[in-house]
Amino acid sequence: MILVVLSAILGLLGLALTGAVFAHNAAGRIAVYGGSLLVCTALLAAGIAALGAEPSRLVLPVGLPWIGAHVRLDSLSGCFLAVIGLGGAGASLYGIGQGRHEHDPQRVLPFYPAFLAGMAMVVIADDAFSFLFAWELMSFASWALVMAHHRAKGTAWAGFVYIVMATFSGLALLLCFGLLAGPAGGYSFDAMRAAPPAAGTEALVFALALLGAGAKAGLVPVHVWLPLAHPAAPSHVSALMSGVMTKVALYGFLRIVFELCGPPVWWFGLVVLVLGGITAVLGVLHALMEKDLKRLLAYSTVENIGIVFLGFGLALAFRANGFAVGAALALTAALFHAVNHAAFKSLLFLGAGAVLTATGERDMDRLGGLIHRMPRTAFLMLVGCIAISALPPLNGFVSEWLTFQAILLRAELPQWGLKLAIPAVGALLALAAALAAACFVRAFGIAFLGRPRSRQAADASEVDGWSFAAMAGFATLCLLGGVLPGVVIDALAPVSQALVGAHMPAQLSVPWLTTVPVEASRSSYNGLLLFGFIALSSLIAVTATHRFASRALRRGPAWDCGFPDASPATQYTATSFSQPLRRVFGTLVLRARETVEMPPPGSVAPARIHRSISDPIWDFLYAPVGRAVAFTAGLLNYLQFLTIRRYLGFVFAALVLLLASLAIWQ
Amino acid sequence: MNGLSFDIAHMLAGMLVLVSFMMLYQVRLYSLLHALALHAFVLSTSVAWQAYSQNAPHLYVTAAIALCFKAIIIPWALRGMVYRLGLHREVETVVGVGMTMLAGMALVALSLEVMLPATSQADPVTREDIALALSVVLIGLLMMVTRRNAVSQVVGFMSLENGIILAAAGAQGMPLVVELSVAFSVLIAFIVIGIVLFRIRERFDTVDDDALDRVRQHPGMFGAEIADERWRRPGKIEAAIASDRRRKPGLVGSGGPHE
Amino acid sequence: MIGDFAPADLAIQGGQMTLVLGLSPLLTGLVRKVKARLQRRRGPPLLQPYRDLRRLLSKDAVLAENASWLFRAAPYLIFAVTWVAAALVPTFATGLLFSWSGDLIAITALLGSARFIQALAAMDIGTSFGGLGASREVMIASLAEPAMLMIAFTVALIVGSTQLSTIAAMLSTGDSGLRVSLALALVALVIVSVAENARIPVDNPATHLELTMVHEAMVLEYSARHLAMIEWAAYLKLLLYISLIGCMFFPFGIVDGPASPERYLGAVGLYIAKLASAGVLLAVFETSIAKMRVFRVPNFLGAALMLGLLGVLLLFVSQGM
Repeated sequence: MILVVLSAILGLLGLALTGAVFAHNAAGRIAVYGGSLLVCTALLAAGIAALGAEPSRLVLPVGLPWIGAHVRLDSLSGCFLAVIGLGGAGASLYGIGQGRHEHDPQRVLPFYPAFLAGMAMVVIADDAFSFLFAWELMSFASWALVMAHHRAKGTAWAGFVYIVMATFSGLALLLCFGLLAGPAGGYSFDAMRAAPPAAGTEALVFALALLGAGAKAGLVPVHVWLPLAHPAAPSHVSALMSGVMTKVALYGFLRIVFELCGPPVWWFGLVVLVLGGITAVLGVLHALMEKDLKRLLAYSTVENIGIVFLGFGLALAFRANGFAVGAALALTAALFHAVNHAAFKSLLFLGAGAVLTATGERDMDRLGGLIHRMPRTAFLMLVGCIAISALPPLNGFVSEWLTFQAILLRAELPQWGLKLAIPAVGALLALAAALAAACFVRAFGIAFLGRPRSRQAADASEVDGWSFAAMAGFATLCLLGGVLPGVVIDALAPVSQALVGAHMPAQLSVPWLTTVPVEASRSSYNGLLLFGFIALSSLIAVTATHRFASRALRRGPAWDCGFPDASPATQYTATSFSQPLRRVFGTLVLRARETVEMPPPGSVAPARIHRSISDPIWDFLYAPVGRAVAFTAGLLNYLQFLTIRRYLGFVFAALVLLLASLAIWQ
Repeated sequence: MNGLSFDIAHMLAGMLVLVSFMMLYQVRLYSLLHALALHAFVLSTSVAWQAYSQNAPHLYVTAAIALCFKAIIIPWALRGMVYRLGLHREVETVVGVGMTMLAGMALVALSLEVMLPATSQADPVTREDIALALSVVLIGLLMMVTRRNAVSQVVGFMSLENGIILAAAGAQGMPLVVELSVAFSVLIAFIVIGIVLFRIRERFDTVDDDALDRVRQHPGMFGAEIADERWRRPGKIEAAIASDRRRKPGLVGSGGPHE
Repeated sequence: MIGDFAPADLAIQGGQMTLVLGLSPLLTGLVRKVKARLQRRRGPPLLQPYRDLRRLLSKDAVLAENASWLFRAAPYLIFAVTWVAAALVPTFATGLLFSWSGDLIAITALLGSARFIQALAAMDIGTSFGGLGASREVMIASLAEPAMLMIAFTVALIVGSTQLSTIAAMLSTGDSGLRVSLALALVALVIVSVAENARIPVDNPATHLELTMVHEAMVLEYSARHLAMIEWAAYLKLLLYISLIGCMFFPFGIVDGPASPERYLGAVGLYIAKLASAGVLLAVFETSIAKMRVFRVPNFLGAALMLGLLGVLLLFVSQGM
């Protein structure tokens, strides 16, 4: 099994070379994306097969001479390999169709398979060196892809912030693995599993892993690169970065904290839980304030990662208190949400990419009425928006429902911090879910419904068949995940068994394919039946009205209270739609302010409205660091402009200092 | 002391916390005073129930005092005072109502976290009642801190007293002498506060904290302001001095000359 | 338990679905009649909502020229989703055949789906009133839905399950006693119900002034059978919330387990009595209070959220509360 994966990775690296050579050729593009599609399908199959099987391992002769490269494919790797395969296949299929619109294919085609290869290598790496090498390859390839549209405004800044945060994450993980390896230097994961760290070191390892993996996943406060970098990349790459790379970061967190770190302490769970809740709410509040469609989706990724970390935190807390059943439920809920997010976020990003190529606009205030011009894309985007808003009967609801069940599971925890934090975080999760629904009503309503607000929106055209197929595939997965969640839950059972020592009850044997998280008397949910009931009731409603009541229909101008306005500018814009929410939530959290400048009566100057929003994390954490670095750099800049005599003086002083320290030491 | 009486004691203590939250939520002074009366009414019911279940007849007297003075007489007198002072019926909070309620929640969590482990050896009814009483005290303090108006600070002080009486009644054994002295000290404090409020109002035409703060910093300036305002806008002094903080950008002519 | 097919349960489920569908316009008619009487008017007859529905169903539908398929499909979807949610709430008996397919959280989320589709349909035509209604509705929902979930948590922590049948059965035995958290949850649920059903003080269902509308602004462009579906869905939603309050906080008289037909009829009668008294209380409440300014509503709903959170917190911290 692992040989399949290794040959797949080699195939991807080969495709990267092909892409470098044949970038400007249409055949080259089809070869690269088609090849990636095939390889990713193979990765998906290998991942699913590895879920129930025994771990397979191998030691390769490449890499550091005294370690070699250990690779291992167990159920945790298999789960995330399947996600990589799925996301990669969809993005590649999209790329076959939409890739022809790319202006600089030589900046995208070589790095795209390398990105996929890097991600696949991370999940099968079994020693610290190969893990970090693959992590950095993943970061570098994605950075190159972010910089693909290097002439667009804001891309350079996005690339810069991204590379700084990627370096930070690599450094944190390097220190983390160094601490885990210990003075003996056992870099392979087997050595780390055999020798769990002491209590103080364990806390440090946990903190470093949280920061390092969280920086790649998008956890507050190290999420600032995500809303800059994800929109700047080409759309299918954004789908991969949001849908898949964040999951690979989650894999890193799981591997280190749940496996290599040894038995967890209860406050690990508390920290992760609280950070997850805060991330969820902050992410969705920022998403509500954005009018760039892709930045909105990037902030929504931050929110969903927060929900996943919330589940992880619950799992850690329950496991530390010996409550394995609860830990299994929380962990399965979080993993299910991660898989769901890969599906619907990829769908949404691909749809946003379709809109971008069709209209050339990312700004929602210049879109509108696309449901008439791009009906198939609009329908699939509607499915994605319903799924991400956690509404039944689609898949987003099932994972959120399972997370709520995990929160309600046991109230008799001994630690006071957990007793107070879990209800508060439950409220934050409920708030984030409601705000996410508001966010996607806004996104879909402003971009696709209403009347077109610009010429480009009025002239949009539908996407090609390949892209449509990719989006339709993801949408079908959203529906299947919602009505047959038992399949996914049972597939995830080996993963939770390996990580926390228990798994949820087998779902596919429950009558009517109901989902039962703990036991039938406690709670249950049947997505298939609900979907059937809704379909049946709408059918009854439609046939009854059409049979017994009038079915006549006329078209006329819009009523609009008798004052119809021909200009589409009187519609709500994205900013105006979120104004009530900005006033209620943004005033406190984001320091949202609105000022109106009214000219005195009789003046012909226009009135102006200013709104300002600030990101508190940026202002309090990053801006001071940035300023300190700039200040120090300014001071050190003097070193650039010294005379030759001064430079010679430096060399002389260094020599004297070394000799003096040598003298003192002896 | 199990089953129904356990539940009723808890229910009444919980009602007191609920009414404290209602007081945090009120923005208008008259509704605040109604909430204060309700607060004292719930307190008296709770103390009467404690009297019944503990078989302590002197607590009935406490309940009667609470009902008579704190639920009827004091709110009625405060209402009359508000009317005579002609105070703005809107109470401006320092931070918004939402933040104040969140802070109230955090205080309840804090008092539960402190009290419940500390009293783990005590009688289960008493410990939860004392934890809830501490939350009422803390919420009363929060109200005093987050309101600008001196009258609403008095209301916060009254609700704080109610919390202390709830704790004392639940603790099984509060002698009548103490109750009488507590009641009369409340009364005297009320009279003193009333007199002080009248004096402040006479002297400075306002009982708003920030306006009073300005006087403290610049004793001469306030008089100069009055003179200036009289010069510039005869007849509009009341609007000028009442520190109405409502800023409605874009609306012409609201709130006076501070725009 | 899951998947047992007792014919009595099928009859109860079918009976409940027709009962809620048939009774909901009558409930709204009662509320309007009582409100009118309190305002010293005669008011419309009790059966007027039925006549309104029949009139609307027989009319020609007029759609705006740029209305899309979403606009046409939305009323049926909203009606279907609300009907399914209403069918899952026990009204006179707990033995609903499919009660295990959706619990309290699923019912809240189903109503959220209906609201999602309604808000999208409002934005479809591209008028300013649609956007107005939709943006205010999502603001209200962003606080009402978490409050509802907190109420669900409170009840679930006391009973140990989120299934409504189990909740009704357990709370009707009275074993849990009088709890502070239940009282807090009741107050919060009343506030949330008022907000979700677009009643005074959150929204005026009888207003004609567009700037004060929330729900009415969303359905401004609808006519004939589409409007009839949406109106019926709104009637069902009011019935659903009142049934929810009855099932969770006043569950006396709900039949639990197999019983004689007289018992069932008695339970139906008791349920109708609960609906009637709730309708009268709602009318009195609406008449005695004024509508709030739009930006006071978040404070009102924030209070409900805080009460729900306080209830959950008390249950996490101590088992006695």
